[in-house]
Amino acid sequence: MHPLGVTMPLSAELFLQQFITGLSSGFVLFILASGLALIFSVLGVLNFAHGSFYMVGAFMASTIVGLLAKTGVSFWPALVFGPFVIAILGGVTEIVLLRRLYVRGLLYQLLLTYGLILVFLDVTKAVWGPRPRTIPRPFGLEGWVSFGGANFPSYSLFLVVMGVLIYFLLVGILKRTQLGLRIRAAASSGEMVSALGINTPRLFSLVFFIGCWLAGLAGALAAPVGSISLGMDASMIIKCFIVIVVGGMGSLFGALIGALIIALVEAYAILFFPEFSIVCIYIIMALVLLIRPWGICGKPLIER
Amino acid sequence: MTLAFLLTLPLYGSLFHVRLVNEMAIFALFAIATNLMLGYGGTMPFGQAAFFGAGAYACGLLLMEAGVPLPLCLIAAGILSACLAVIIGFFSLRLTGIYFAMITLAFSMMIWGVVWKWRSFTGGDDGLVGIPLPSALAPVINYYYLCLGIVAFCMILLLTIVRSPFGSILQAIRENRVRTEFVGINVKRHLLIGFVISGFFCGVAGALFALLSRGAFTEYINYPTSVEVVLMCILGGVFSFAGPALGAVVVILLESLISSYTEYWLVIMGVVLILLVEFVPGGIVGLIRQRKGA
Repeated sequence: MHPLGVTMPLSAELFLQQFITGLSSGFVLFILASGLALIFSVLGVLNFAHGSFYMVGAFMASTIVGLLAKTGVSFWPALVFGPFVIAILGGVTEIVLLRRLYVRGLLYQLLLTYGLILVFLDVTKAVWGPRPRTIPRPFGLEGWVSFGGANFPSYSLFLVVMGVLIYFLLVGILKRTQLGLRIRAAASSGEMVSALGINTPRLFSLVFFIGCWLAGLAGALAAPVGSISLGMDASMIIKCFIVIVVGGMGSLFGALIGALIIALVEAYAILFFPEFSIVCIYIIMALVLLIRPWGICGKPLIER
Repeated sequence: MTLAFLLTLPLYGSLFHVRLVNEMAIFALFAIATNLMLGYGGTMPFGQAAFFGAGAYACGLLLMEAGVPLPLCLIAAGILSACLAVIIGFFSLRLTGIYFAMITLAFSMMIWGVVWKWRSFTGGDDGLVGIPLPSALAPVINYYYLCLGIVAFCMILLLTIVRSPFGSILQAIRENRVRTEFVGINVKRHLLIGFVISGFFCGVAGALFALLSRGAFTEYINYPTSVEVVLMCILGGVFSFAGPALGAVVVILLESLISSYTEYWLVIMGVVLILLVEFVPGGIVGLIRQRKGA
């Protein structure tokens, strides 16, 4: 057996395929992580339940797809409307539950989001049942595309395109709109923003709304890949968290880099060290924590 | 009064109850140790499960693989966790606030990942099963008394630490870090010492739990454990010494009761947690103090 433990012949084709696999899951991870990063930068809360919104997003997409199965264009409405449902769910959560905890301090907010995980898990189980489900890839994207001598799933390429679009969408919003300006200001200093007369509670709700929208989108996008199951929240929140640590807390570009690094490392690690692919990611996180604890794109901190 | 209850429980309680209270005692220790950094130190340690789990696995491995006598195993478990705390603390205490929370969480998840994957050493996600207890301790009741004794001893130690000048310094750091530093105190070193002490006792608690459960499992190191112990502290009241112990009792009681009634205990726990976080700020102890004061 190959000394590195590779059990299949390594070829340029495989290399390329894993690259696209990693890239596509990286972009989905980026979309999810960007929501988390946004919520964190502006509200200062690490939304433990972010993975839960993602999971509900995936299940919601499956429901919409199921409802519209007859029409033959089931996925696209799911992609368009699903995230908004999740976003509304998030917005309501923020207004009803999270808002009054801002005065109490961060610890309570963290505990609340943890409590949400528990609630979401059981509610998801009650609504959608405990068994995993799958939805097919959307019509037109089930096939393969080939170039460079290898075949790539069209859906993966679609994910990459979506990821890039969302990135530029977010950058555009942040850099070119009033809202973006306020978000950046709030991320920089929440108190000042309030003193300047900006309606902070509403801004917070809006940001939480957008963050959950992104989570729902990631969930919907991820739904046709693999299976939709109750454990999705836990596995993704950990990865998201690693992305933010690695990429830099509060940086969009950092979230992008972090997500791509993590996903690509995972994609290649599975080839070389199938047993230890998880550890590879953690090693990267450890390195970042040891050398540059505020992340690749983060700034050395002053206490918030 | 509580003492009398605890000591006489085996007389009228079932074995199930004895074991449950045993578990509460262990987690009470875990929570109080955590509270050293949380309530007294004013930090947000979200990776305490690393120490709890390290203690559990250390104790199990030493007992099973190396045949080390039990008392030494417990102490070794504590020391090992303390060493871990030195390493993690050294890097984590560079940051404060939520960043400290995140980095401690990150470290604990790293350890979780390693333990999970290192099947040959730790048993991976199957865990370390079949940790033996010397025959004198094997009966539930015997171990219960031993545990109570050890937990009580540790709590007395912790109480002494908290009431010492060191404890006052920690609280000063919590109240106003900058000012404490101006007064000439090396804040980072004191926090590190506190972190290590906390880690030691969390490790001992973990070891005790491993002995109780006859096994060490990756759940001990996973983030829910870290969050739960913080929850126990908050619920009981972080600004008191025994508050976290009370919190531990309540949380374990709730979990035990709820899960015996319904399959959907997660959501109820979640709702209870949410309600408590929303409406009960000072924890139970805070509530009691309010009633007394008002």
